[in-house]
Amino acid sequence: MKQEYTITVYTENQIGLINKIAIIFTRRKINIESLNTSPSEVEGIHRFTIVINETEDVVRKLSRQIEKLLDVLKVDYNTDDEIIWQEMALYKVAADVITEKVKVERLLREQGARAVVIRKDYVIFECTGQREEINNLIKILEPYGLLEFVRSARIAIIKKSDGFHNKVKEFEYKVPSEALVENEFLDQNEGIFSM
Amino acid sequence: MTANPVQNINKKAHETKQATGSQALLEALIHEGVKTIFGYPGGAIMPVYDALYDYGDRLEHILVRHEQGAIHAAQGFARVSGKTGVVFATSGPGATNLVTGLADAMIDSTPLVCITGQVFAHLLGTDAFQETDVINIVTPVTKWAYQVTNAEEIPHVLAKAFYIASTGRPGPVVIDITKNAQLQLFDYQGYEKCLHIRSYKPKPEVRYVYIEEAAKVINEAKKPFVIYGQGVILGNAEQEFRDFIEKGNFPSAWTILGMGAVPTDHKLSVGMLGMHGNYGPNLLTNECDVLIAVGMRFDDRVTGRLDKYAKQAKIIHLDIDPAEIDKNVKSTVAVRGDCKETLPLLTVLVQKNENQAWLQQFRDCTIKETEKVIFPEQNPENETLTMAEVIKYINEITEGEAIIVTDVGQHQMVACRYVKMNQTRSNVTSGGLGTMGFALPAAIGAKYGAPDRQVIAIIGDGGFQMTLQELGTIMQANVNVKIIILNNQFLGMVRQWQELFHQNRYSFVDITSPNYVKLAEAYNIEAKKVDQRSELKSTLIEMLAHDNPFLLEVMVGKENNVFPMVPQGRGVSEIILSKEEL
Repeated sequence: MKQEYTITVYTENQIGLINKIAIIFTRRKINIESLNTSPSEVEGIHRFTIVINETEDVVRKLSRQIEKLLDVLKVDYNTDDEIIWQEMALYKVAADVITEKVKVERLLREQGARAVVIRKDYVIFECTGQREEINNLIKILEPYGLLEFVRSARIAIIKKSDGFHNKVKEFEYKVPSEALVENEFLDQNEGIFSM
Repeated sequence: MTANPVQNINKKAHETKQATGSQALLEALIHEGVKTIFGYPGGAIMPVYDALYDYGDRLEHILVRHEQGAIHAAQGFARVSGKTGVVFATSGPGATNLVTGLADAMIDSTPLVCITGQVFAHLLGTDAFQETDVINIVTPVTKWAYQVTNAEEIPHVLAKAFYIASTGRPGPVVIDITKNAQLQLFDYQGYEKCLHIRSYKPKPEVRYVYIEEAAKVINEAKKPFVIYGQGVILGNAEQEFRDFIEKGNFPSAWTILGMGAVPTDHKLSVGMLGMHGNYGPNLLTNECDVLIAVGMRFDDRVTGRLDKYAKQAKIIHLDIDPAEIDKNVKSTVAVRGDCKETLPLLTVLVQKNENQAWLQQFRDCTIKETEKVIFPEQNPENETLTMAEVIKYINEITEGEAIIVTDVGQHQMVACRYVKMNQTRSNVTSGGLGTMGFALPAAIGAKYGAPDRQVIAIIGDGGFQMTLQELGTIMQANVNVKIIILNNQFLGMVRQWQELFHQNRYSFVDITSPNYVKLAEAYNIEAKKVDQRSELKSTLIEMLAHDNPFLLEVMVGKENNVFPMVPQGRGVSEIILSKEEL
């Protein structure tokens, strides 16, 4: 069954790496829903957050192929309930409409939005949250004339992860990480050998 | 690769000297033990060639006739020697001409380091003369691709390149060096081999628990069947593999690239897998209860239809590349690791076994295949020569000691089906990519990789015409290769498919040939043409005894088909022995 997966990739900071990672997806004609690159908790190591809609089987194969790339240190993939994730959006609305309708301001506050810029001719609001919250705000603002809208890529923290500080030491210690050689067979050990 | 810290302190750190990027590059090659370079000069790599002028005593450069020839030659070199092949090409068209060879080396896991020249760094992105975005073009078909714009990077980037190309699952690496970096003078600190990259794990750590689980499954098997690929050869694990199969008496079949890892006439060798492989290995894949796959990747030409592939069997998969596990066929137990390390551990745990009845099943299949296909193909009743009888005579003359280089198509399947091989690293063919035009240049490289061995290139009339310009290389360097053109006056494999699956609609498969004997003579290469059975063996003997390169054209049956065959879209056990069974 296809569902939303968030792939987290820890990499060296190398030119062209984004292309190498993108190729893994385009080769299989898989659309990337969202892609964010940023520094990570470890200096010099970058973190890609990629969202796709796929089956677990495909996501696992993709993750292994990404992990195989030189300059990639580690790949994890998670379903939405295994992560804390956020997106951010900006909304530009004509100032005259907004200032006239006080109830808009209240609505915005309820949605956790805030005004970033207030000018004579327009106001820019910002909202950080999940897809639903961001889309709600579009619906609210649309009747008042939404001039511009933009949403950022997803960023996500894996609930179970304790970061990359220790992992990177392992990698530098010349020994492959344990997690890389995990075997699903062991996870479902019972039953396999019953003839 | 073993690290010797003492040896690695030959850095000459105290005698820092000025060197150009080009000199640093050539020094790097020498430190990596490179002796032979296949290449073609051009504008953007001229500083390297200028430096090469002074290195003639230490580095041998083979001037090819097309960059594709250079890279296939480097592949042939790497495949027979186990060393990393090295290629030089210029920017733009020089680099793009390498792409087919890179893709071929990538899919067949061949270690290469290709150096391409690039325009000056200040011209990058300006559509300069012979500028092309090489890194982005080659990224999908290389293990690593990197552009150097500063000479100071050259020593450690080259060290990384050789380390990456040759370790783990090998593959091609491209290093694109801008002309300014080639010319640039810098403080050369010496060369230090690369032994570790934190973002690169050549091989997974072996976990003993999976060895134990695998052994348990194998020891419970009634009909264990071993299938092996090039991983055994790439891992230099031929002896370990042989110990493993001999202890358990496992019938063992090879993929096209695994061929020769154990001698083809070993008592446990049951033949080749795949679409045109042998009858028994294909049929009995769907009868074994445990399938032990060693260093192979379940290519679709091996598995046929996946949902009809070994569904009854438990699958043990040994591979060095974690991305191969469960990619095509779901494994019951996966043993990740270098098979040189994992196989001995497994051998200790597997029980000795006879498997006589099970082995007999394979022998029975061989008898049936021999009766229906092999014997009639090798001993035809009519006057028309067959590809199979040519191979039969080669076996008789070479006794399985030659390196056999094949191209792609019917002749490749026939050669790989019938040829005998006693030694590992004897089979050079384009397996994964199926590159026509591969064999002639690859044979040149194979001869440099194994100068003391007989190298025989077997090529179809179609494939030969794709890279026949390399006859020029053979002429100039006097490369002692024997070339056999099996001429059926058709693009035979496509014709076979058109006959079997497209109702005899022969669409553009009728290919004419030049006079190959005259062509070879024009290149000053001895040549003969044979179309009579009476002359075949004697001419082959003459050719193989000849001291210089030799080209032999053999006219074979125009519309012969290769059987057995697993038709596309069918399961491996639906293998057919003749057209009538289709």
